[in-house]
This record gives sequence, structure tokens and C-alpha cells, in this order.
Amino acid sequence: MQVALMVPCYIDMFYPHVGVATLELLERLSVDVVYPKEQTCCGQPMANSGCYEEARATEEHCARVFGSFDCVVTPSGSCTHHIRNKFTAGADSPEKQNLVRNTYDLVEFLHDVLKIREFPWATFEHKVALHTSCSAIRGLNMASMSERVHDPVFSKPKALLSGVPGIDFVEFERVDECCGFGGTFAVTEEAVSAKMGYDKLAFMQKASPDCIVSSDMSCLMHLQGCARRQKQDIPFFHLAEILNGVSL
Amino acid sequence: MSSPVDQAKNAEKFLTDTVHEPRLDKLLWAMRMRRDAAARQVPEWEELRTLASEIKEHTLSNLSDYLIQFEARATANGVIVHWARDAHEHNQIVYDLLAEQGIDLLVKSKSMLTEECEMRPFLERRGIRVTETDLGERIQQMDNQPPGHIVGPAIHKTNKDVAVLFSQKYGSDPNNEDTAYLAGVMRENTRPDFLKARAGMTGANFAVAETGAIVVATNEGNADLSANTPPLHICSVGIEKIIPTTESLAVFIRLLARSATGDTITQYTSTFRGPRKGAAMHVILVDNGRSARLGMKRFWHSLKCIRCAACMNTCPVYRRSGGLSYGSTYMGPIGIVMMPTFEIRKYSELPFASTLNGSCSNVCPVKIDIHEQIYGWREVMEENDQIQVVKKEAMRVADKVLSHPALYQIATATLSTALEVVPHFAIYNRLNAWGKRRDVPDAARETFHEWYRNHRLDTNEGGRL
Amino acid sequence: MNSTQALSRNTILDSVRANQPAAQPMLTIPHFHTNKPADLVATFRESIARMAGVVVTEDVPDLDSFLRAKFPDAKVICSAIPEYAGTIKPASFQHWSDASTIDVCMLRSPMGVAETGSILLSDNELQVNTIAFLAHDLVVLLDPKQIVANIHDAYEHPYFKLRHYSVLMTGPSGSGDIGGVVVHPAQAAKTLTVILSRAPDAGQRKG
Repeated sequence: MQVALMVPCYIDMFYPHVGVATLELLERLSVDVVYPKEQTCCGQPMANSGCYEEARATEEHCARVFGSFDCVVTPSGSCTHHIRNKFTAGADSPEKQNLVRNTYDLVEFLHDVLKIREFPWATFEHKVALHTSCSAIRGLNMASMSERVHDPVFSKPKALLSGVPGIDFVEFERVDECCGFGGTFAVTEEAVSAKMGYDKLAFMQKASPDCIVSSDMSCLMHLQGCARRQKQDIPFFHLAEILNGVSL
Repeated sequence: MSSPVDQAKNAEKFLTDTVHEPRLDKLLWAMRMRRDAAARQVPEWEELRTLASEIKEHTLSNLSDYLIQFEARATANGVIVHWARDAHEHNQIVYDLLAEQGIDLLVKSKSMLTEECEMRPFLERRGIRVTETDLGERIQQMDNQPPGHIVGPAIHKTNKDVAVLFSQKYGSDPNNEDTAYLAGVMRENTRPDFLKARAGMTGANFAVAETGAIVVATNEGNADLSANTPPLHICSVGIEKIIPTTESLAVFIRLLARSATGDTITQYTSTFRGPRKGAAMHVILVDNGRSARLGMKRFWHSLKCIRCAACMNTCPVYRRSGGLSYGSTYMGPIGIVMMPTFEIRKYSELPFASTLNGSCSNVCPVKIDIHEQIYGWREVMEENDQIQVVKKEAMRVADKVLSHPALYQIATATLSTALEVVPHFAIYNRLNAWGKRRDVPDAARETFHEWYRNHRLDTNEGGRL
Repeated sequence: MNSTQALSRNTILDSVRANQPAAQPMLTIPHFHTNKPADLVATFRESIARMAGVVVTEDVPDLDSFLRAKFPDAKVICSAIPEYAGTIKPASFQHWSDASTIDVCMLRSPMGVAETGSILLSDNELQVNTIAFLAHDLVVLLDPKQIVANIHDAYEHPYFKLRHYSVLMTGPSGSGDIGGVVVHPAQAAKTLTVILSRAPDAGQRKG
């Protein structure tokens, strides 16, 4: 099966190894991966700031680059949520409609399309604090929401990671409280954003994990920034890296 | 026209208070947990939410008929019904009712509507003393502060804060921080006013069209005292509070207290359908922008709100910012989507005081799509030119770079420091805002684009590099 | 209605009519009896206990001795029930504020609610509404057969369509406004004691 790989702009710039891990993982699973080189960004930073006019060209470019593929995969819940649910700044077109319909977060692609549950090439004998982004939970229904107390509890990222031998998940409080990144919020409401990040880390650290894992690098970028500022040494991994067989 | 409330700056100030902020955060999260526990006890919880939402949507979409029905039934019961187009008219009606009988003391229970109308200063300027009888409102009144939360107006204050305040106003013991003691001080000092006042005022949680009745829910019993002790009862109610029938009332009563505090019901859930023998009851139906909001396609659902504050309790931004940071009558998530309808410029920054995480929408008992409306308001702010010029310019630059692959790749190719590369939107309003309390991500040796070109370039890609 | 009021009324109604969205239908409201608790009295007792109300299940043959023992310092006992005299009856109060002299008030409620631990009172029982709020302590008789399952059932009671004042009262007054910790009392009754006792004319609901 052929997929187009969308590497979010911030992963492109700061965490290319996550893009590499995603690519390698898909190749291990015999997926034919195409990387359209003219890709840039999905337009989320501008659209989320209310600057719709200023997101138009970027969104239209994105639709042009990816619109002809039957399947687009990206290691980012927030980008997927934006494309699937909020991609309204650009003009309508068949390519745009196609893109909206065919974009998957990596977790969705593995869990729901390929239906993979085992990753025998990987081991990870460590304690993991798993963070799932608000986009993934409430935007993409990738895990149950704590507010909806009668819903069955489930988590697609956790289901996938459980297929890596040795992994041990630690339980921590306020598991689905927002980490505080929130896109441009991180800068426009910097003090609140940082406090939310510091608090999230404190709850996780109380459970003594060996590392922090998420399927959203944007959250991790923020949490890692908070951790490092507090001289906390804890490593951060994108879920793709763990599934691809990274070691601590 | 006021300049916009700088919620971010107010929040930053609140966060420097290492006593009040962590306390508020912990307390309100506990309230959210109590809400969850209460919801767990009701297997039909999600069905009740859907019912409540649909009842409200039905009512609001037939509001003119229901208002007329309410007025007719209430009038038949002996209630005098007034109509107030705006805050000023509401205040004038209240004043006239008091002045015509020479009344100079009014006791009142909690009403966010009267806060919205700024009724107290209006009356006080005209020589009428107003005693807030809700404990939280009273504390805030004494401290000359607006409410910080719509259910617990003084919830951000410590026991010590209250003890000091009471000692200044009531002469009680400033060192006795015991909650029961403080509640007792309030009781002793408020009772005389209940007995003396010749007029009492309440708000309303619901107004039942079928019976012309007003429903008020309190823990303290202060609404029942305010309404039943003096010979004149005045009730202010926003036109959006109408519900069709007593039967529908049950749905909301089952959701309200559980969403607010985790209790199954408030201590006093009272129905006022008509005056006592020898007394008078007046109801003031208030518009103050509500009918206009009804016509806002994307935002009219905010009128379903039953004022439970569950959205505030769950909101991680509210808990770190404090309710006063919003500078508004209604705060937190619901405040963000309501306040711009009152004054768009003053509240133009509020829609950005959110991470759009969506927890609020999940706890809202009437299923208002709060976080989606917050997102919608951002777009409205742009359309109405309420976005700061600097920010808009930064976004324009970002869009130009991000829509042109060549420009983008040039911009990202030379990674000397990450800050130079981060699109301008990240540093538009304060230099190094990201880096104030966080480390900046390390610059990668090569971007993914570059890595791919160096390691995986192959013939079937096409397109420019 | 004066002319300003007529103008306000018409302006508001016109604005509402012009703005209200396309009419959405009303739905049928279920009463959720499938989740009815098996033992209504037990559920009622648990519910009211959570709100600091007290329930007496033993027989109380002599209300006067019961009150004197429970409230030894009470001087003014207002009784709103025919079978007990107390020291004063509600009809004696000339003004609502006069009820502030009451130490203990004795009432009968026509209905309890198991889901919440509430008891219903109205101007029918109270005659002078403030007796239930200015009294420092309340004692309420409730026929256990008049406990309904949930709030949907409660709002079927005719009082809500007929009486001028009715209240679902749940425990003594309280407030959580300071620090989120609920304390008792707040402004109204300090204690609420429910005595489970068969109603004199059980089976008839007063309008």
C-alpha cells in the first residue's frame, strides 16, 4: 500500500529523527512511502490564531501537495485534527476534499488501517509515562475522555505500545489534563502555558517514569522545554521511535 | 471604548502568588472530580445531557411564544411582570419599585444578571443600601471585588483572607480561620438585615413558562429568606432562562448541582409561582443583548447555559489564571464565548486564553460546544479587525513563507540557532516569550527535508528541491 | 402596563422573533424508572445523610418529649401540625419577620425524594413561609410511603402547578463558598431532623 508521508513543520525543523523513525517504521511494515518534497505546513499555527486569511495560501498549498494521494499519514494528532476538522481557510477543491478524507495520524493508521498490534523488532524494558494530546483524544477520539465517565476506557496509543515487549506504563494523576502547549497559546499565554507544563511534569514525575512518550511531538516539545529548564534529565520519545525499536 | 483586557498579563500576575494559585487549582480540580463521581452515580447521565440540550434548543427556537406564555401565567398568579431591554432599564425598574415605597435597604441573593447590569452601584449612588446575602457575593462586596467564579464568587480567597476581611467589617476574630466560625459570623451579621429589609431580590435559575414560576437553587437558604421575609420580592431573570414545563425542570435539576459541586441537589430548590398573601412579587425579564445573540448562528448555543461553572472547574487555564483575570462578569470558558457579545473590543483577547483542549464542552450539562465557539470567536476577531496589528503581520509573514516551499526550505536550511528559524509568530509580542520559562528546542543538525535528500532521494519524487 | 413598558415588551419580543433560530421540536422526557432503587427509604436515608440531614426511624410516641430532649434550650416551638400544639402556631405571626423568634419548628412534609434526600414543603404546610427559614432547627414528619424514587417523580407533585411557594429542602442550610468546604449552618436552619411517621390521612394528596 502506498502512503504519502506528511512531516509537520516543527518536526522537520527540530525533531527530524521522529520523521525518520516514522518513515522507517512504515517501511518495516511494507508500506510504500512517498515523501512529497514541496510540503511545508498544514496552516494550523495561523488558523488557530484566528488569522484565517493568513492561513489560506498555506492550506491551499498543502492541499495541492497531498491532494492526489489515497492515504496521507502524519506523526501528529494536532495536524491531523486540523486537516480533518478545521481545514476551512483555503478554497474548496477536489484535492482539498481528498486530503481531508484521507489524512491519518500515525496511530490511527497503524491501529485502524493496518491493524498492527505487535512490534517484535522492538523491546523497551522501561517505565513509560504516556501522554496523549487533547487533539488526539477529543479531536480524533484516539482515547477515552475522563469527563465522559460512562464511556469504556480505551487508548489506541497504549494499545500499540503494549505490543512492544517490556513496556510498563506508570499511572499518574490528571492523565488527560491539557499539557499547556496549545499552539500559539504557548507564547501568547506563556506564563499559564509554562505552569501547566510544569504541573503536568510534576504529576508524571511522581510516578517515577524512566521516560515520557507521546504521539504528539508538539506537546513533547513544550514539556521537554519545561523539563530542561528545571534541570530535569528525563528523556522524551515520540511513539514512532518506540515502535521502531529505539533504545533508551 | 475600553482597551482590551490583557488576560495573559493578569494571569501571569496571579501565577506569582504561590499561595493562592496552587490552592485554587487544587480546589477546583477536586470540584471537577466530585462532578465526575456524581455523574458516575447516574447511568443515564449522557442521556440527560442530550435531553437538557434539546429542551433548551427547542425553547430558544420558540422563545417568543414561551415568553408570552410565561408572562400570561405569571400575571394570572398575581405576579407583576416587567420587561427590560438593557441593563440600565433593568436597574431603573428596580430603583423605581424601591423608591415608590421609600425603601432604602435591599437584601438580595446571588444573581449574576444583577452583576452584569451593575445594579448595585446604580442603586447605591441613589441612596439604597444593598446587602448581598450569598456568602461568596458578600465577601466580594466587602472587598470591593467582582465575583471570581459564578458559583463560588470568593472561592479564590483563603480562610485567612476571609477572617481578616470579616474582622475589619464585623469586628470578628481575625485569627479564627475556622470555616464554620466564619459562616457563623456571616449568619449573625446578615440576619438583622433580612428582618429589617422591606424588599428582597433574587435571581432565577429557571423560569417555567407553563406555570409562570421562577426556580431558584441555593445552598444557604438566602434566596428563600430574601424572597419570603420582606413584603416585596423582586426577581430578575434573563430571557434565556425560560424552560417549557415543570416536567422539563426535573432534567435540569438533576444536572445542575451535580455539575457544579457534585452534590445531587442544592439544599434549597425553590419554586416561586406567586406572591404571598399581603405581599407583592415582581419579575423583571431582561434582554440586555440576549435576543441579538439568539441570531448569531455560530454562538446562540451559549444561551443554553445554566450557570453551573463546571466548565470553569475543569478549565486548566482558568485554574491557573484565576477568575478575576478575565476582567468580566462571566469568566472561564463560558465567559470567553459570552463576553464578546457585550463588548467586542474589550474582550477581544479572551478567545486566545484557551488551549482549545475541549474539556469544557465535555462537562457542560447542556452540551454547549464551548471550545468550538472559542475557536469561532478567533475568526470573528479577525473579521472585525480586533487582532493586534503586530500579530496579524507576523501571521502574514508566516503564511508567505509556509506556502512557498523554496522560501520555507531556505528559511529552515540555515539553522544557526533555533530562535532565528522559528517562524515569527512565536516571538511576535514579547522577545523570547517561549524561552522565559522553557528551554528552546535544539536546532537539528539537518532538517528532515535535508535528511531525506541526503539519504533517500530517488527518481520518482518529482518537484523542486 | 404603561407605554414605556409596552415599548420594551414589544421591542424585546420583536427582536426575539426576528432572531430566533428555526423551531426545533419538543421531545418526550423519560422518567428513568429502570434505575429505580429497590429500597426507597434506605436510599432516602443515605441521600439525606450526605447533606447532613438526620433521620429518626424509631417510633416517636410523644413529640413533645422528643423535642424537649433533643432541644433542651428551646423556648419557642412553632408547630405547623394539628397533632402537636408546641408553644405557638404559624397563624399567630403577624409579619414574616416575626418568625425569627422560633427556636424549633415542627412540620409535616407531604413527600420525600429518595434520589436526593429532599423533602417537599409549601405555603400549604408553612402558612407563613419564613417559619421554615428563620427557625434555628427544623423537625419534619414524613410518611415513608410518600417517598418517591427520583426528581422526575418529585416534579409530578401538584404543588408545583398550584402553590405559590414550594421548596425541595435537602438537609440543613450550608455553604461551600469559603474554600469549597461545605459547612453548616449557613443562613437558614442549623439542623434538619426527619421523623418517619405515618401521615394521618395517608393516601390523599393535598392540592
